[in-house]
Amino acid sequence: MNEYRYLPDTAQDQKKMLDALEITSVDELFSDIPTEIRLTEDLPIPQAVHESALIKKMRRLAAKNATAHDYTLFLGAGTYDHYIPSVVDHVISRSEFYTAYTPYQAEASQGELQALFEFQTMVCELTGMDAANSSLYDGFTALGEAATLAVGATKRSKILISKAAHPQGRQVLQTVANGNDYQVTEIDLLNDSTNLTLLEEQLDKETAAVVIQYPNFFGSVEDLAAIKELVTAHKALLIVMANPLALALLESPGKLGADIVVGDMQPMGLAMNFGGPHCGYFAVKKKYIRKIPGRIIGQTTDSEGKRGFVLTLQAREQHIRREKATSYMSSNQALNALASAVFMSALGKEGIKKMAKLNIEKADYMAKQMENKGFLLKNEAPNFNEFVVQLNAPIKEINQLLLQKGFIGGYDLEFDYGMENAMLIAVTEQRTKEEIDQFIEALEGITK
Amino acid sequence: MTEYNDLIFEVSQPGRSAFSLPESDVPLIDLTTKFPQHLIREEPAELPEVSEPQLMRHYTSLSTKNFGVDNGFYPLGSCTMKYNPKINEDVARYDGFAAIHPFQPVETVQGAFELLYELQEDLQVIAGMDAITLQPAAGAQGEWTGLMMIKAYHTKNGDRAARTKILVPDSAHGTNPASAHAAGFDVVEIPSNPNGTVDLVELKKQVGKDTAGLMLTNPNTLGIFEKDIIEMAEIIHEAGGLVYYDGANLNAILGQTTPGMMGFDIVHLNLHKSFSTPHGGGGPGSGPVGVKEFLIPYLPIPRIEKQENHYVLNAAYPDSIGRVKGYYGNFGVNVRAYTYIRTMGPKGLRQVSESAVLHANYLRKRLEPYYDTPYTQYSKHEFVLSGSRQKKQGVPTLNIAKRILDFGYYAPTVYFPLIVDEALMIEPTETETKETLDAFADALIQIAIEVEETPEMVLNAPYTTSVRRLDEVKAARQLIVKHTP
Repeated sequence: MNEYRYLPDTAQDQKKMLDALEITSVDELFSDIPTEIRLTEDLPIPQAVHESALIKKMRRLAAKNATAHDYTLFLGAGTYDHYIPSVVDHVISRSEFYTAYTPYQAEASQGELQALFEFQTMVCELTGMDAANSSLYDGFTALGEAATLAVGATKRSKILISKAAHPQGRQVLQTVANGNDYQVTEIDLLNDSTNLTLLEEQLDKETAAVVIQYPNFFGSVEDLAAIKELVTAHKALLIVMANPLALALLESPGKLGADIVVGDMQPMGLAMNFGGPHCGYFAVKKKYIRKIPGRIIGQTTDSEGKRGFVLTLQAREQHIRREKATSYMSSNQALNALASAVFMSALGKEGIKKMAKLNIEKADYMAKQMENKGFLLKNEAPNFNEFVVQLNAPIKEINQLLLQKGFIGGYDLEFDYGMENAMLIAVTEQRTKEEIDQFIEALEGITK
Repeated sequence: MTEYNDLIFEVSQPGRSAFSLPESDVPLIDLTTKFPQHLIREEPAELPEVSEPQLMRHYTSLSTKNFGVDNGFYPLGSCTMKYNPKINEDVARYDGFAAIHPFQPVETVQGAFELLYELQEDLQVIAGMDAITLQPAAGAQGEWTGLMMIKAYHTKNGDRAARTKILVPDSAHGTNPASAHAAGFDVVEIPSNPNGTVDLVELKKQVGKDTAGLMLTNPNTLGIFEKDIIEMAEIIHEAGGLVYYDGANLNAILGQTTPGMMGFDIVHLNLHKSFSTPHGGGGPGSGPVGVKEFLIPYLPIPRIEKQENHYVLNAAYPDSIGRVKGYYGNFGVNVRAYTYIRTMGPKGLRQVSESAVLHANYLRKRLEPYYDTPYTQYSKHEFVLSGSRQKKQGVPTLNIAKRILDFGYYAPTVYFPLIVDEALMIEPTETETKETLDAFADALIQIAIEVEETPEMVLNAPYTTSVRRLDEVKAARQLIVKHTP
């Protein structure tokens, strides 16, 4: 009997295979590894654990974490606690989907390919763009790829990014730029939005693209139309990093002139997962289709004329182009793209608007209530589902006290922006009026 | 029964829905009072409108047109399509792992950091390295992360301007040259010798003061162990370069040796290959990177560290290459890999590599009489056949791959590595039974016979899949990448 349940070889199986190879021990198959680099002892890792005991252990480990079900969450900053219909997990739990590889053999992978083709269509609908890929690692890495595309397409060497873009997005972009040897300049803020005067000053003939987050990190909705005008005057590209849920009600970046739209699908059907896996999306205007990184699904027909789907434009990719590929990225987040496609199908044309509207209304209600209670709010531009409140003590300390009252408080803006005692609060459709009122009451108790 | 081949958009009807959202319990808002008119969406996004049962039938129907490891044998070389354990799936969905926010106060997520820290420690010894980062999202991003560290290391030594070249064998994965290029290096290809391993004479010729590093997969993509690895590492180190290990093929050596012992300085691991996490139809994966001690300062930040009995994030590494991905990497995937490592333990992991290697050699032995085998030494976890004999008979390898689908198997990797004519790259993994290996060998043998006797049978395959042979040229030419009503 083999004590490892994933390994089927019996002693007899092993003997038969060894006999066929005319050897007496498996060790002979490793004889080409020089002895001085052979391990002679077991790896120093913990011994195997039986299934029931392991479940107990993993449950205990999980129980050490405070979850969004145990606490009421007002934390967002790029990852959100949203409604996920039950169907999402049921679909992605079908092992025909999750145990498959990248659909190299299209004829045996039509399910995945069609679902991703539908995903691409939905991303185009939301963003108002002409083409989308079938996903990238996450929103921040998608941003890095967008900037690299812009540098390549314009043959210019500088990216301007608003400081109102996610701090981690800016960090990832900087690393990507270091790799490709182009320059990234951050554009300072005017209150809660990108400072357009500074942006205009920085725009020049070396500017490949301007990156704007929509809604921005503080929840404020940037005026993409005004920014597009500035960008166009210098023949640079406009890259928009957008929350896909907000696009249900906000004018699409495509319509407002974006050349590339990227972002993360996490708000649409993906669990928070402590930050990953989430799912980057990447959409472009027609002109840039052949420069897209990652995998693209295309429609075609089979030998009998029936509609089918394949990986297309593979000549951009590493396995063919090697160092000349449009990107180093090989895998994507297909299963999560599937999850968000299921989410978008479940919510549909009306549901997605309803959900986005609930977010706006709840955040609006909370902001107004707080203002009425004398809290100082920092947003001047209209906001989506987040806003900044100025408090009178370090956020870290306030969050400790909130935790004792059953709340996970907002994001501390001190480290990234030097904004002392400022908290970024997120309010999704998951929060009830009662929870909002209780949170404000708790915050009043702590700060007054 | 009528076949269902609709797009979700084609079964959509206005007025249907599959969601459940409450009515607002706060005052309603007229958007025009809040946002300027030009920022309010004019035309709604045309998402489908279906009922919940319709939705489930649609996606269930799609799933039946998809082939995963749970459907059958998936001998895709270099992809390590082993069984994806179910306990891993359950554990990753526990609220304590799935419903936690990455910016929660660290003291509220000590369980998550404990898991990540222990996983770092496990992978460290498995790879023979001194530290691990779990931030990279997949193998290719791990490669790029490693190359960015090579760049940072040479920059720190004042050597970056001179060291512009990354050496990559011609048998390497395509991601190697692509990631080297994305890190700003020039790529120099090193040819293989007739034994399928790196040509040391050529390597010595190319190594010099401009060498930033060497990227190597061991065993290589032919499934052959680079037995001169110690000497190769020395050659690169003497020239001042670093040696990078592509961990795509780690499954072959689990518990047998480590990249660290072989002399590698940097390693990436594909948790979705050797550590059983699902490929998900293309992702999410996870590509942790390990380094030797002298490279620790360059690892991505923040790092997860242990102070007495609690875990902290530390970003105080001024020489770090920075951040490569959001948050802490693909946490949910890392939870699965951790669960797998705990399930297997050290002896189990060693048995993994033993069985994987035995299976590959046995399967090759059975197929040798029917297909050309360009290399004759023992394989490790995978082996490469050549379909050149069949091509001469008018049946290129692609057709063999399509024909295999009719037998209820996925196809091997084809036309890779590039150095083998009409390559068929087969990786059976340790989780298949001998019966499956035999049945698959029988199928490939039958196909070889078909090539001789009824070649049109192979040329017109597949017959049993949901669609027949798809026209890839047409797809690229007409370029329909979204549905238009």
